[in-house]
Amino acid sequence: MEPVFLFSQFFNGLVLGCIYVLLSLGLTVVFGTLGVVNFAHGALYMLGAYAAYTVATHLQLNFLACLILCPVIVAVIGMVLEKLLISKLYKLPHYYNLLLTFGLMFIIQDAIKIFFGPEGEPFNIPDLLQGAINLGFMYYPKYRLFILIVTAMLSGGLWLFIEKTRLGAIIRAGTDNAEMADALGTNISWTFTLIFGLGAGLSGLAGVLAAPIQNVQPAMGMDILVQTFVVVIIGGMGSIGGSILAGLVIGQILTFSIVFWPPGSTTLIYAFMALVLVTRPRGFFGRVSFFE
Amino acid sequence: MTLLRLEDVHAAYDESQVLTGVSLEIAKGELVTLLGRNGAGKTTTLRTIMGLLTPLSGRISYDGRPITGLVPNRIAKLGVGYVPEERGIFPSLTVSENLMFPSWGRGETGWSLERIFHFFPRLHERASHKGSQLSGGEQQMLAIARILRAKMDLLLLDEPTEGLAPLLVETIGTILKEIKGSGLTVLLVEQNTRFACQVAERHNILYGGKIVHTCSNDEFMRDTEIQHKYLGV
Ligand SMILES: Nc1ncnc2c1ncn2[C@@H]1O[C@H](COP(=O)(O)OP(=O)(O)OP(=O)(O)O)[C@@H](O)[C@H]1O
Ligand SMILES: [Mg+2]
Repeated sequence: MEPVFLFSQFFNGLVLGCIYVLLSLGLTVVFGTLGVVNFAHGALYMLGAYAAYTVATHLQLNFLACLILCPVIVAVIGMVLEKLLISKLYKLPHYYNLLLTFGLMFIIQDAIKIFFGPEGEPFNIPDLLQGAINLGFMYYPKYRLFILIVTAMLSGGLWLFIEKTRLGAIIRAGTDNAEMADALGTNISWTFTLIFGLGAGLSGLAGVLAAPIQNVQPAMGMDILVQTFVVVIIGGMGSIGGSILAGLVIGQILTFSIVFWPPGSTTLIYAFMALVLVTRPRGFFGRVSFFE
Repeated sequence: MTLLRLEDVHAAYDESQVLTGVSLEIAKGELVTLLGRNGAGKTTTLRTIMGLLTPLSGRISYDGRPITGLVPNRIAKLGVGYVPEERGIFPSLTVSENLMFPSWGRGETGWSLERIFHFFPRLHERASHKGSQLSGGEQQMLAIARILRAKMDLLLLDEPTEGLAPLLVETIGTILKEIKGSGLTVLLVEQNTRFACQVAERHNILYGGKIVHTCSNDEFMRDTEIQHKYLGV
C-alpha cells in the first residue's frame, strides 16, 4: 500500500477526529461542571449545520459569517434551554436531566423536519476553500486542512481561556465545588448558563464545519451522538485533554477500520472503549475528585 | 449592635431534624464560639446561616436585614465569609486564584497581599501551585486568607485548628486576634476547648438542637460542670 494513501487516510482520520473533538469538548465540559449528560448535544450540532445552511442559502452570507454567527446562535439557544428547563432539574437525580435532554433531542429534530423537510439540504464547500493544496508529499483538500487548523486553534484558545482567564478560573471552581463557589459569592447559576452556552456553541461550530463534508439532514446529530459519548467516556468524563486525545484516536480507528476491515468499522470503537475502561475505569484522564 | 441574629431556627436533612430552635446573637466586633459535641449540629448551623441549607422555620438576620432563604452568593456578597470544616479549596485553581476568588465575587478587597503573605509565608512560596498540591495545613491557611482578602465583615470558621500542628494552631490564634483587632466579627466552631478559651470572649453551647447556654469566657472557664455536662470535657 502506498505511503501517500496511508498519509491521506491519516489526515482524513484527523479531520474526522476534529469533529469529534469539538463535539466532545462541549459535552465533557457540561458534564464535568453541571453534571448533565446532555443527550440534546447532537441536536445542537445538527442545529449548527442547519443554521449554516440557512445563513448561507437564504441570507446569502459567506462561510466566514456562518462560522462566526451560527455557533453564537446555537449558544444562545443552549443558554435559553438551560435557563428555562435544564437548570430547574439540577437538584434532582441526574437521570431527570438525562430524560429531559433526551426528549429535547427528538423535539429539536422533529421541529427541523417540519421546517426543512426530512430529506436534507445540499451544502457546498465555500469557493475559497475548494480544491487541493500541495503539502510537498501529497495533495490534500483545502477544506479538510481548514478544519484541522480551526480545531487546533480553537482547542488552544479554549485551553487558554479555561486555564488563564478569570472567567476560566470561575468555570474550574464551579466544576471543582459549585457549592463552595456559591458560598464565596459567585452567582453560580449564571456561570452554569454560560458553560452550557459554551458547550452548545462548540457543538454548533462542529455542525457548521461538518456541513460541507457531511449531509445536512435531521438525523445527523443523533447519528454522531453515540460516537461522541464514546469519545467522552474514553477521554474521561469532564476532561478536556482527554476529549482531545480520545477524539483524535477514535477518528483514526474509524477511518482505518473502514479502509482495512469495513465489517468491523462500526464495532471496533466500542471494543476499544471496553478495553480502555477495563484498564482505566475513568478513561484517559478522568477526574479524580480532590477529596475522594 | 447586633450583627447576626438567629431566632428559633429549625433545620433538617431529609427526615432527621438537627436544629430544633436555635437562637443566637452576635454583636459587631465580637469573637464568639459555637461549642458542642460531635454531631450536635454546629456545621449545620453555619451552613444554615450561609444559605447552603434552607431552614424549615425561624428567622436569620444580618446587619438588621433578613437573610433567611437568600441564596449563598447573595449572603456572601453582604459580607459573610465561610471557611468550611473541609476547607473548600478548589483543587484545580492555583493558590493565587483561590486567594482572589471571593474578592472577584464581592468586588472589594480587604487585607493586602503583603499583609496576607506576611502571616502566611507558605502561601507566598506556593502561589502558583494548584490547590490539589497543598497540605492540610496549607489548605486551612488559604481558606482563611481568601476570606480576609475579600473584606468580609463576619467570618464563619468551622474547626480551623482541626488536624493542625501546635505551631500552626498558634498562628491561627494570632490571626484570630489580628482579625478581631481590625473590627471583624467571628463565629468560631471549635472542638478544641482550650483553644476556644484562649481566643473567644463568649461561648454558645449547642445541645439537643438548641443553644442551651451562653456565657462569657471567664464564666465558662470557671464552670467545669457545664463543660462536663454539654461537651463531655
Ligand atoms: N448531609 C447530611 N445528610 C443527613 N444528615 C446529616 C448530613 N450532614 C449532617 N447530618 C447529621 O446531622 C447531625 C449534625 O451534623 P453536623 O455536621 O451539623 O454536626 P457537627 O456539630 O458539626 O459535628 P462535628 O463536630 O462532628 O463536625 C449529625 O447527626 C449528622 O449525622
Ligand atoms: Mg462539624
